[in-house]
Amino acid sequence: MPVITYREAIRHALAEELQRDANVVVLGEEVAQFNGAYKVTEGLLEKFGPKRIVDTPISEAGFIGMGLGASMLGIRPVMELMFWSFYSVAFDQILNNAANVRYMSGGQINCPIVIRGPANGGTNVGATHSHTPENVLANHPGVKVIVPSTPYDAKGLLKSAIRDNDPVFYLENTILYGDKGEVPEAEYLIPLGLADVKRTGTDLTIVTYGRCVIHSLKAAEILEKEHDVSVEIVDLRCIRPLDIDTVLASVAKTHRVLIVEEQKPFASVGSQLAFMIQREAFDELDAPIHRLATVDAPAIYSPPVETEQLPNPQRIIKAAIEALA
Amino acid sequence: MSKKTSATAEKKGEPSVKDAGHGRAPVNASLSREAKIELYRQMVRIRRFEERSLRAYQAGKKIGGFLHLYIGQEAVAVGCCSLMGKDDHVITAYRDHGHAIAVGMDTKPLMAELYGKATGCSKGKGGSMHYFDPSRNFWGGHGIVGGQVPLGVGLAYGIKYKGLKGAAMTFMGDGAVNQGAVHESYNLAALWQLPVVFVIENNGYSMGTSQERSSAGDLAKRAEGYHMAWGVCDGHDLYEVRATMDKFLRAAREESKPAIVEIRTYRYRGHSVADPDNTYRTRTEIEEYRRTKDPIQVFQEKLVAEGVLDEAAVEKIDTEARTEADVSIDFSEASPFPTVEDIQKDVYWEADNPSERKSQGRLFFD
Ligand SMILES: Cc1ncc(C[n+]2csc(CCOP(=O)(O)OP(=O)(O)O)c2C)c(N)n1
Ligand SMILES: [Mg+2]
Repeated sequence: MPVITYREAIRHALAEELQRDANVVVLGEEVAQFNGAYKVTEGLLEKFGPKRIVDTPISEAGFIGMGLGASMLGIRPVMELMFWSFYSVAFDQILNNAANVRYMSGGQINCPIVIRGPANGGTNVGATHSHTPENVLANHPGVKVIVPSTPYDAKGLLKSAIRDNDPVFYLENTILYGDKGEVPEAEYLIPLGLADVKRTGTDLTIVTYGRCVIHSLKAAEILEKEHDVSVEIVDLRCIRPLDIDTVLASVAKTHRVLIVEEQKPFASVGSQLAFMIQREAFDELDAPIHRLATVDAPAIYSPPVETEQLPNPQRIIKAAIEALA
Repeated sequence: MSKKTSATAEKKGEPSVKDAGHGRAPVNASLSREAKIELYRQMVRIRRFEERSLRAYQAGKKIGGFLHLYIGQEAVAVGCCSLMGKDDHVITAYRDHGHAIAVGMDTKPLMAELYGKATGCSKGKGGSMHYFDPSRNFWGGHGIVGGQVPLGVGLAYGIKYKGLKGAAMTFMGDGAVNQGAVHESYNLAALWQLPVVFVIENNGYSMGTSQERSSAGDLAKRAEGYHMAWGVCDGHDLYEVRATMDKFLRAAREESKPAIVEIRTYRYRGHSVADPDNTYRTRTEIEEYRRTKDPIQVFQEKLVAEGVLDEAAVEKIDTEARTEADVSIDFSEASPFPTVEDIQKDVYWEADNPSERKSQGRLFFD
């Protein structure tokens, strides 16, 4: 099976969907001539031309709102945010308009828009550029939220997102762009809302998503070798819709849970998960649910310290041992 | 019209809006008698619908939330929407009753929406500020000042992308022009030459703040900064609205040229029903507009002078509009409210189309 990067996987998904459906169009800052700020869209302008691959001005509220208006007419825009952090200047368009138009029209309108871009810390770009808004986004009924961790998932989920008739927000990770993984040549789709067990184990369930999956896999190796602990890792892949059943099945097997997330702890995705697990699997739990999140402060710049602010394998090992105590 | 507020009785006032010749503009001269009567009728229907809704709100306590009345501005929506072809689209803000009626929506579901009934145009989920009818190319009804403007540019983008000859009329108030998203929209429209006509309905006030207290410079002239065409017209004169808009709509449809048009109008009622309307303007000012510039009155006089309408016809149109408003009330009264189960419908396309659902997992939480 071919091995490609997370970046290429996203690009291939875009290219295949652009090829398949003439209504798909890619818009964003620097996506065309510049080949993408993170080179995700490299080569697409050459292949599909300027009608399909469109450079926008630095005008997130304007162009996201515009994409949304076009989606009401049946265009399928895939909008790139250079960083998801910039969603705040387009907040009204994203969460008042995209999330609500269907509802307020009594179901007469649907908005098949995808908004994608990186949403992560760990690159020493400071507090303004390191937001992880999946909890904020998923708090709005009407939208779907995806956070892929591997090239395989990134491709299959993005293709499903583009074909979806609801607004889908797709959160990538700049640190994962260069990660490689096996991706089949043949076309495939991954349904939204289907979690994936990335590692099987018997002693502890780690529920996680995004780059924390990669950290958790590393931590699990060490826990196995050095602490003789067998960890199961559930990768949510999608925050909304949420595959809680896969999580509960794992809890029923291991009876202990550690949630790992690159989120600020207050009212995070993990908070929601912890609530659901305790309510729906209370009798399965042998210990309180544990959680490892980002240290609760704006993202620090200082490079070595930022590593410690975010979840990392060492912090996960420590948290896992606590959860097993 | 009834004796008390009869337009014929009001006729004693001196109309300050004389026929500036717009009636002879081709787009108006080509109108049949029937078409002119229909335009007049639409304005009367909007007014009677809103007056009736106000009574239901105040006396009947049947309507919740905000109710922003369009009374005084009718010639703007009717004039603009009367020019719509099959690929033209409309989007506006929360003062949307006039536009909804002008694009042809039935008043029964419109009133029922105010009542929060399941038979409302948005099934009781949108309310006064959020009317929609995509089947009539009407895309809302939006509650955030200026928030609909990028969507209007998106409609224009969609029209152009599909290679259609249409225009997206994007309405906003004089207060909305100072929103950042509006300026972003101007830039995108001009940069990409999108077929959008931004219509600023300048009724002089954004809530209680007059234009002078909120906007630097001229409103439509800001188009020059973006190398866009612009115009200003009198919104009390339906013929003038049509003549002006026709020009810009043609340029949008045929040459994909965007423009900003400021239409000067006036609202007689408070900003919303909640506005006691006694802090920022005088009674005299309101009375003066009512007496001399009422769009229905002005158009009625023109049509009478043209021999298109007579007193009996005016009376009949008014009676029918009142009856229609009453019928919409009866319809709303008799209609059921949405159920508690309905709260979670129309949230996701996928949840509403379960046989076509491709995703898995939970969409709703408790
Ligand atoms: C972003 C935002 N800020 C404030 C409001 C509250 N508000 C509603 S209407 C309005 C005045 C807008 O005036 P204008 O644009 O002139 O429209 P008009 O009401 O005159 O039709 C204000 C301040 C809002 N709905 N949205
Ligand atoms: Mg105003």
